[in-house]
Amino acid sequence: MTTEAELKVQDVSKYFGGVQAISQVSLEVRRGEIVSIIGPNGAGKTTLLNMVSGFYHPDGGAIFFDDRDITHLAPSRIAALGIARTFQNIALFRGMTVLDNLMLGRHTHMRTGVLTAMLRFGPALREEVAHRRFVEDVIEFLEIEALRKRPVGSLPYGLQKRVELGRALAAQPRILLLDEPMGGMNVEEKEDMARFILDVNEEWGTTIVLIEHDMGVVMDISERVIVLDLGEKIAEGTPQAVKENPQVIKAYLGVQTVGSKDG
Amino acid sequence: MAGMTLPQYLLKQAQEHPRDVAIREKEKGIWQEWTWAQYLDEVRALALGLMAIGLEKGDKLAILSDNRPQVYWTMVAVQIAGGMPVPLYQDAISRELQYVIDHADATIVLAEDQEQVDKVLEIRDHLSKVRRIVYDDPKGMRHYTDRALIRFTEVQAQGQELDKKRPELFQQLVAAGKPDDVALVSYTSGTTGAPKGAMLSHANLIAAVEGMLQIETYRRTDETLAYLPPAWVGDTFWSLAAALIVGFRVNCPERPETVQENIREIAPHFLVAPPRIWENLVSLVQVKMEDASFVKRRLYNLFMPHGYEVARRHMERQPLSFWQRVMHALGEFFVFGPLRDHLGFRRIRSAYTGGAALGPEVFLFFRALGINLKQVYGQTECGVSCVQRDEQVALGTVGTPFPNVEIKLSSEGEVIVRGPCVFLGYYKNPEATASTIRDGWLYSGDAAFFDHNSQLVVIDRAKDVTSLANGTKFAPQFIENKLKFSPYIKEAVTIGQDRPYVAAMINIDMENVGKWAERRQVAYTTYTDLAQKPEVYELIAREVERVNRDLDEVMQIKRYVLLHKELDADDEEITRTRKVRRGFVAKKYDTIIAALYADATEVPVTSVITYQDGRQVTIETKLSIRSVGEALVAV
Repeated sequence: MTTEAELKVQDVSKYFGGVQAISQVSLEVRRGEIVSIIGPNGAGKTTLLNMVSGFYHPDGGAIFFDDRDITHLAPSRIAALGIARTFQNIALFRGMTVLDNLMLGRHTHMRTGVLTAMLRFGPALREEVAHRRFVEDVIEFLEIEALRKRPVGSLPYGLQKRVELGRALAAQPRILLLDEPMGGMNVEEKEDMARFILDVNEEWGTTIVLIEHDMGVVMDISERVIVLDLGEKIAEGTPQAVKENPQVIKAYLGVQTVGSKDG
Repeated sequence: MAGMTLPQYLLKQAQEHPRDVAIREKEKGIWQEWTWAQYLDEVRALALGLMAIGLEKGDKLAILSDNRPQVYWTMVAVQIAGGMPVPLYQDAISRELQYVIDHADATIVLAEDQEQVDKVLEIRDHLSKVRRIVYDDPKGMRHYTDRALIRFTEVQAQGQELDKKRPELFQQLVAAGKPDDVALVSYTSGTTGAPKGAMLSHANLIAAVEGMLQIETYRRTDETLAYLPPAWVGDTFWSLAAALIVGFRVNCPERPETVQENIREIAPHFLVAPPRIWENLVSLVQVKMEDASFVKRRLYNLFMPHGYEVARRHMERQPLSFWQRVMHALGEFFVFGPLRDHLGFRRIRSAYTGGAALGPEVFLFFRALGINLKQVYGQTECGVSCVQRDEQVALGTVGTPFPNVEIKLSSEGEVIVRGPCVFLGYYKNPEATASTIRDGWLYSGDAAFFDHNSQLVVIDRAKDVTSLANGTKFAPQFIENKLKFSPYIKEAVTIGQDRPYVAAMINIDMENVGKWAERRQVAYTTYTDLAQKPEVYELIAREVERVNRDLDEVMQIKRYVLLHKELDADDEEITRTRKVRRGFVAKKYDTIIAALYADATEVPVTSVITYQDGRQVTIETKLSIRSVGEALVAV
């Protein structure tokens, strides 16, 4: 493994009115790593993810992607650079088919203008075919061949989550930010999702940053765990080390026990 | 052509029709094709590759995969290398696999992907004879370190090396094959006892196909879909043996879930399906029709009775009146044609059902749509041996034997079979072989009779036909099939042996009952919860009463219960081919059965459910028991 930091968050802070959501948090994510961010509700995990993907801009500090300052870039620019994300509450077009949603997920790679795309010949057609091929790779990867033509809204929740992951993968990201990819899933669905995340990381070398409440999953698949509490980073290390960290145990007291199966 | 082997047929196809499409598989949304020349190339590399990695004459190779071209290439390749292919049920759990792989003395296992490899590795310590595990799909396999693992394409690469060194070897091996060599070891999914490995020779399989070809027309340009478990002998019969002999095109579905869609794309000329699939299709059409627009529903309800009438008259060989012809033509235009097209049966010449009895209602439904659905009959031990003739289709029969097979009844009314298709014997089980083949006759274990048209009618498994306490003959499957015609009933087990009356344990069909409940705004959470809703009991009560109307008073179902879980092959309650293991079920549900014959209205149950990965959870609940005709009180 390389030690090169692909994503660097430096002393980042964020206020909402008088509330400090994130306070001087620094972290680094190495290329090809699977890192989990955990913490009690309101610890600032999603806020941090939102800043990395450009939905919020920090009030202090800076964020670097491959040594390039992305602190104040718009979400679309950050996505085009190669950071894709999924959302806690699924963000798909419910009335559109799975295939169309995935094709939309590739829009950051589309070069054709509106007019040529409408005419659909020559380079525009070739480009669409190339994108479709990539989307088919994603479909095969996630084993959703049977769902291509199904409207997303008609799918059960667990499968919608899988399509949401597919939508992010279609953008062919270098870093994938996953916000509670297993939220609301049953045991079997969680196992499938964990396997897909590991496979994405292994097969495509995608760096993964995930927020997850299911400690069993976090401990199983992460190489490193970062713990936030009340907007501050209180621990960082291997799953085992974090599990035994007294500060972490304290932060979780009354909420849950770290390492318990049911998060 | 006498005296050939399946690999020799492959060689013949590749020489005479090298550029015809032999097999397809849908991948990444596109149908990928292999011609006969390419089929042969794949097999050639694989056969030699298997020898290179240590497959020796007489070795067994277990196959654990969905229907993919690789499965059929492997079967032929193993035969060429002098081994015996042992296809296994791909959804079997590790514990079941352990017995069969070990009993078969398999030295190599072909596992389709990571999931199948994991199942094999889990029991690796108990499989001392397995030396290599060949896997096809490399996804997720990067960090596997077991030295027994080798990729499918790597095996083929080694085969190509060997081919370069000894270019004459492959031809010699194919030529050396003998018709009496074992071409398949097929493990029977017995409803009692441990599985037995039936050994079928090339001559057996080829004789069965030739028997079929004397009755049915298959053309080189025909399309069919290979989607039934490779472990079922019927799949080897059609997708391998018949395909190699006739040269028609076999299509492998993209995924098990896309079969329905793929059937529609391929529009097969013939297709075989077990009763379960035909029943599902009826449910699908019925449920879709309930959700369809008013006009469509009206048309469907208007013309279906005419379809049934014409199908019935055709079977009774009665002429149609002018009016019937007109209505049928209109029905064809508005309903039957479009529905056939929608189901993928636009070009179908013959559709077959086999493996178990199909309810007459389901059978008539497809005939009414103008689909030439016919019963076939056979055993693992002799392949397919009976089919209904086009002009002799009738309800309830399985047709007459192929011209090259003799079938008669033993003095106890058991079907016995003689002919070139009868198998060589069970692997490592001479006692079972001796009790199955007596004086050259294969004892099938099926109770049957010949009707007045000398058509064979199978009643049930001979050992399942018993009698009620009052002496009435009781064939459980007969009643169960009637229950299962309901789109809301997925599985049913009837009890009655030495009992005062017939009782039933019923599995609701989660999907259809769920939709029904949604439409009526009945809220539910799980299968167990749904099954115990008073509204659902009421729904099923109507279905039971409908079945009872068709039965003699003494045979009617008096009491029934809706089970809290589906009967599942993973729990050993049904076989992988969905046949109920009566003995096991009777023992497992003995408290429920006792309650069915007491005056209890409720019975507490605890049950342990085994997940696919082997984990177990316990469910505790109370089941309602209802008597037929009893006023239903909401609980």
